Amino acid sequence: MGNVRSVYNALKYSGAKPVIANYPSEVKGDKIIIPGVGAFGEGMKNLNPFIPKIRQFVATNTPILGICLGLQMFFEESEEAPKVEGLRLLKGKIIKIRTKLKLPQIGWNYLKIRKENCPLFKDIDNGYVYFVHSYHALPEEDIVVATTDHGTEINASIWKNQLFGTQFHLEKSGRMGLQILKNFVEL
Amino acid sequence: MLCRRIIPCLDCDLAFTEGRVVKGVEFKKIKYAGIPWELATKYYEDGADEIVLLDITASQEKRETMIHVIEKTSENVFVPLTVGGGIRTIKDARKAFNAGADKVSINTAGIEKPNTINKITKYFGSQACVVAIDAKRRYITEIEDTTDKIIVETPEGPCWFECSIYGGRKFTGIDAVRWAMEVEERGAGEILLTSMDRDGVKEGYDIPLTQTINEIVNLPVIASGGCGTQEHILEIFQKTKTSAALAASIFHYETYSIKEIKEYLRKRGIALRS
Repeated sequence: MGNVRSVYNALKYSGAKPVIANYPSEVKGDKIIIPGVGAFGEGMKNLNPFIPKIRQFVATNTPILGICLGLQMFFEESEEAPKVEGLRLLKGKIIKIRTKLKLPQIGWNYLKIRKENCPLFKDIDNGYVYFVHSYHALPEEDIVVATTDHGTEINASIWKNQLFGTQFHLEKSGRMGLQILKNFVEL
Repeated sequence: MLCRRIIPCLDCDLAFTEGRVVKGVEFKKIKYAGIPWELATKYYEDGADEIVLLDITASQEKRETMIHVIEKTSENVFVPLTVGGGIRTIKDARKAFNAGADKVSINTAGIEKPNTINKITKYFGSQACVVAIDAKRRYITEIEDTTDKIIVETPEGPCWFECSIYGGRKFTGIDAVRWAMEVEERGAGEILLTSMDRDGVKEGYDIPLTQTINEIVNLPVIASGGCGTQEHILEIFQKTKTSAALAASIFHYETYSIKEIKEYLRKRGIALRS
């Protein structure tokens, strides 16, 4: 899950002109997306060469979207890799979902939009989106814009200034996911 | 809470240049239904929650054709895409993922080399590893020794379930219920459970089989084989806690559209994605 190709296909479908950056020098454009694959520790290691570039984008207020692990890496730290430092763009940490239900949560779950003024959810109603994860964000600030229920309330989306994050895979969430992606593309 | 899923399955015959979706009956006779990515896109647009592409040719020479089918399909399908048939190694799995698959489904490789399940799970995560089990009823006879088998009561009499590999061409003597427990231990993310007795005969899913596997493992189970009407899907969701219902012919021959089926099920209290 979190296949870069799926995000690329979904962006193309949404009318964007995506470029997959394999090296920091290839990161350009008016928006960036950090997709999610795998575990926090490994993810930060792979992201390391890109960090100066990401900070540059943050400083110039360029919209950034983190998907799944991409969202998680915005924060300070994660229970998944206790010694690894996150990007620290947002205050708070990533915790394992405290639930009696099965983990990872894999499947379609109901997204409740908590802050309708978030531009990601413009013209979007509550509905089902696709999740694959065992951890979620616990921000210190009031930035949770959507939640879902997996035996406990899960923070499914965050927004602060030009930083956007979805814990679900919008590239695999059917029309609703594509519409959210389109809202990001059209910011 | 997670909702139930409706999954159309496309059996792909790659003897054709672009591949053809086919429909077999009891794993044998073949009819043609269309071009894989065209049908997949139609189903996606109609509300399918996931798409399964099965390469029934499963030969080494046709692997590249299958990769092409996956690439074309993933361009227009924005729900999870599961690919099965002929995936034997990590290399095969990686090729499928790079082409746009989200999950791979393995059967023969898992039975012949069970460690393949652990490896796929380790490299790509358990969510990416679906184990397909093709199960055939073996009714109890007096002559056969069934002491090591898990016996399931059915309306037709007590039986155990035998795992089959190579697309139903070879039987293994392995108990399907025991095998399901083992694949969970090895880290599989889901079980795609096909009843060989019901496949293509449109008389409904094998309820005792689906129920038994759902009770014995804590993994999502996809019920497959036997779906001929929307009532069959309702029945399997009401009588078992199975996560998903897979079907082929009722979609291919437009008996019902996915949208109609979902509407029918939702009216009867089944939680589904709209």
